[in-house]
Amino acid sequence: MMESPFWMIVPGNAALSALVWFVIAMPFLYAARKPVHELLHAVGVLAGGPLRSSSRWLLGAAHDMRERNRQVLLAHGREEAGQQIAREFERVSLLVTRDLEGYPALQRRLLDEITRVEEDYKKCGEVPPPPPDWIDAINAVANVKSGGNELVTRLLEEINRSIKDIHEKTLAEYRRAYEERHSILDGFMPFWRSLDKTLAQADRKMTSLTDRAAAIDAQMARFEQIVSKTERAEHALTVSALTQFFVATLVIVVAAGGALINFKLIALPMSEMVGAGDYLTASLRTSEVAALVIIFVEATMGLFLMETLRITHLFPKIHALSDPMRKRMLWIAFTLLLTLAGIEAALALMRDMLIADKQALMQSLAATAHAAAATDSWLARIPTIGQIVLGFILPFALAFVAIPLESFIASARTVGGAVLVMVMRLLAVSLRLAGSFVRQLARVLVTLYDILIVLPLLLERLVRDRRAPTPTPALSGFEAVERSS
Amino acid sequence: MKRRHFGFGLAALAAGCADPRSHSQAVYMLVDTSGTYAEEVNKAQLIVNYLLGTLQPGDSLAVARVKSRSFSEKDIVAKATFDNRPSQANAQKRVFREQMEAFTRSHSGSAYTDITGGLIQGSMFLTETGAGHKTILIFSDMQEELDKVTVRDFPITLKDIRVVAVNVVKLRTDNVDPRRYLGRLEAWQKRVEAAGAREWRVINDIEHLDGVLKG
Repeated sequence: MMESPFWMIVPGNAALSALVWFVIAMPFLYAARKPVHELLHAVGVLAGGPLRSSSRWLLGAAHDMRERNRQVLLAHGREEAGQQIAREFERVSLLVTRDLEGYPALQRRLLDEITRVEEDYKKCGEVPPPPPDWIDAINAVANVKSGGNELVTRLLEEINRSIKDIHEKTLAEYRRAYEERHSILDGFMPFWRSLDKTLAQADRKMTSLTDRAAAIDAQMARFEQIVSKTERAEHALTVSALTQFFVATLVIVVAAGGALINFKLIALPMSEMVGAGDYLTASLRTSEVAALVIIFVEATMGLFLMETLRITHLFPKIHALSDPMRKRMLWIAFTLLLTLAGIEAALALMRDMLIADKQALMQSLAATAHAAAATDSWLARIPTIGQIVLGFILPFALAFVAIPLESFIASARTVGGAVLVMVMRLLAVSLRLAGSFVRQLARVLVTLYDILIVLPLLLERLVRDRRAPTPTPALSGFEAVERSS
Repeated sequence: MKRRHFGFGLAALAAGCADPRSHSQAVYMLVDTSGTYAEEVNKAQLIVNYLLGTLQPGDSLAVARVKSRSFSEKDIVAKATFDNRPSQANAQKRVFREQMEAFTRSHSGSAYTDITGGLIQGSMFLTETGAGHKTILIFSDMQEELDKVTVRDFPITLKDIRVVAVNVVKLRTDNVDPRRYLGRLEAWQKRVEAAGAREWRVINDIEHLDGVLKG
């Protein structure tokens, strides 16, 4: 027979035993009511208070961090906008120097052409000399009546003949003069064309200048918004940083793929240099680490190259260098990169040779008659050439990673800050909810405790009612404790 | 030469944080040439070819014959510690293969089979290589037969060495009573484990050699 547990007053009946125990305990629970209420209340305050305080602190910290992020973002945006405006001014200056520097010459050319056109025009205005004054005399002679006089008739005929000759000569002279004027007018065309071209050129240059001015206006408006710290400017900068962050991440991931291919190309042949049997860790060969080091050195050289070309601005010290020193550094970085690219191309070739050698060995070990059918074919050389070219190009391609890297670093500060603020706010809300929950839980437990000891409480109420005839509104346990404390 | 110097430079750079443990493999293969088992020697060539294809630069391999008394360097048919450079290692493997081919063509049978002597010799060779993973392959029927003067009934040491018996063919008497075969293998397992070997394994199907070497 199984022995009942020690607490079972009624053997074999756990429920009844528990009830008996409960009835026995009830007076003690009633007696301990006030301390228990105080305890539950204290526990609620003890657990909920720090949670609420932490929540408040986190909200304050999130607010401070957001403000700091905002300041950094605006400062960064101000710097960027300032740089863009400066670059626009440089372009305008270049435009003015290049185009408007030749403006006096252009004006002189225009004036020359106009003067020449004017002179020609004046030449066109010259008319042939008017007929002589003796025409009136001829008219008078022509009006003389011959009266059948043979002498007069002959005289008049002679005069008529002479006048006809003169008329023909004058007409010919007149025609010649007009031909000359037409030829001068013909000569106007190239000048007009040249004038038109020169004016169009001047117009184009002025339009370009106007466009630049409009761009500067837009940048200035943006700059003003940033300086006045408007919400719009902040929002635009945040969105821009987010876009930059994702684009830069994408490009860096693509570049990482390229670096991986690069690693695969040189890891095997590096074992010819540093040995294949040395390990840095249980699974990491020295040759693999050496290949990684080469790739990292290439990326670093690329970074310096971009920096010295002033495409990126990651190292202020490089930008502070004097121009001759910067150029010297540029050439050093480029030479090293070129050398490393050459080494990689050689390693890629060696990799191909090693693989071919290993394959030949494996074939001879397998003792199969697989003759190297296509080894001499030009098709078989394509992968080799491809590997060499890849080995040479990839280091230079990796050099351009410096650009997205800079964007990534610049935008990561903004994005990381925004994410951190969001996390802190979420945490603050969670802590606040947890604090409220704990306090409410303490209240619920107090009420539950009172429900447990409802019989003694009813008795107490009856006794109190009998002693004091005027009824007072009953207080809940928690309220009573709060009032008493 | 310049390339080598560059390599040494990088190696020196890495030496500061190099893993001091050896990751190389060393394999000592005993080939039984006694009695009827001598006919199986051609299969040993296949196993050696597999090992040559699997072992990496820096690993070591030795093949020794099991004769009437095998505790001798003279019984080593071919041995090589492959160069760290893959190209040199490949050249060494070719030479090794040729040595093995010459051995399979010209081997002669022996009257007795001294597997224990070969194990002791193999253990010494493997310890000298300093390899991180040591394996002895026994290409034999595991039937040890010694002449009257040869003494091998003493405890041997095979500490941290894997022992793999390959192609353990059944003898005519095993076919009559298989318990002899199983008992023989069990006796060897006990002896090898008592010698401190890391693992004892039997691979009879040479198509399943991928378990021969273990990292």
